[in-house]
Amino acid sequence: MTTSDSDDDHDHRIPSDPALRVMALESLLVEKGLIDPAALDALVDAYEHRIGPHNGARVVARAWTDPEYKQRLLADATAAIAELGYGGLQGEHVVAVENTPAVHNLVVCTLCSCYPYPLLGLPPVWYKSAAYRSRAVIDPRGVLREFGLDVAAETRISVWDSTAEVRYLVLPQRPNGTHDMTEEQLAALVTRDAMIGVGVAHAPTSAGRR
Amino acid sequence: MNGIHDMGGMHGFGPIEPEPDEPVFHHRWEERAFALVRAMGAFGRWNIDASRYQRELIPAADQLRMSYYERWLAGLSGLLVRHGFVTEAELASGKALPGAAPGHVALPAADVPAFIARGAPASRAATRPPRWRAGQRVRARNLNPAGHTRLPRYVRGRRGTVDRIHGVFVFPDTHAHFRGEAPQPLYSVRFEARELWGDEAAAADAVYVDLWEDYLDAE
Repeated sequence: MTTSDSDDDHDHRIPSDPALRVMALESLLVEKGLIDPAALDALVDAYEHRIGPHNGARVVARAWTDPEYKQRLLADATAAIAELGYGGLQGEHVVAVENTPAVHNLVVCTLCSCYPYPLLGLPPVWYKSAAYRSRAVIDPRGVLREFGLDVAAETRISVWDSTAEVRYLVLPQRPNGTHDMTEEQLAALVTRDAMIGVGVAHAPTSAGRR
Repeated sequence: MNGIHDMGGMHGFGPIEPEPDEPVFHHRWEERAFALVRAMGAFGRWNIDASRYQRELIPAADQLRMSYYERWLAGLSGLLVRHGFVTEAELASGKALPGAAPGHVALPAADVPAFIARGAPASRAATRPPRWRAGQRVRARNLNPAGHTRLPRYVRGRRGTVDRIHGVFVFPDTHAHFRGEAPQPLYSVRFEARELWGDEAAAADAVYVDLWEDYLDAE
């Protein structure tokens, strides 16, 4: 590895080639007995294959089909998602906010990248970008238009800035024409973007999951 | 600190660029950087607030130039040195020096599911009633600490309404600096868009911000 990008200030370390730097750091920590590489594999596998927006979609579909569950979700989302087996890292404290014809909710973290991992997995690059973090609070309607969502002027927009250890889940509106669908079919209509608030749930004809 | 990480309300960062069918990670090194941060965090030698503060200390121009996981990697490297897990010389050479770090047991792969399921709850038992109730008017204090804070610049000095009380939570401003958890009530405060951004903002829009009691004054 190169040492040309090391300097005296350890806060000022820009990896010239991050791939090499990470490989070197991992092997150093393994050599020192601080890291078990199999644990790294397990962490990556969990977020690539087990924990993702399909979890949040299950919560939303349950809330759409079970009015008592929906009430519990809106009153205490941490407990309600635990009923379905979700919680833990970056979802220790969760609040669900409901979209209605009168209110559209949008979630952001202006200070870093806070995101409800157990329900949505790891955040996409755009959610962590300066462009989204800076504009979501000052120009939510412009941001939503960029995502193809034109929110009616009479609909209020509530932006939730995740400045603490509370993570927010948007409960999207249930699409029309879905009254005879099962919970599982409904879950397939719920997109990651709808649960952040930059999208809406799919209509039943265009079922598919992002 | 009044850092570049505190981005709410800034202009000039261009359009948002969603990527269709985005993978969870774009490169293998990002996977390893993510997992290293989590696995080293499992030792409990630092906390999420200290971890955020370490990344805030990266010089502003570098923060903007670096990718997300590059910032994570730089933050982790700083924490590892500061807390004695590795030395600068070891980081530079990639080789362990003799006599290094005995007594630490690496997070075993078998413990990863429990580690994820446990998380790190930041709520604490209440020892006194909260100062405000939902519906009461408050004003965010005009604080400008040089250290870590989760009071965004765009709400400082602005008036809002307590929307709900989340409970009692660890206070980042002390916790990030290892000066104790100082738990205190955490409120969701509703700020009208026009209070924050002026008359051009939509009249009915609002921003909800989670703020600790020490960030607030009575209005």
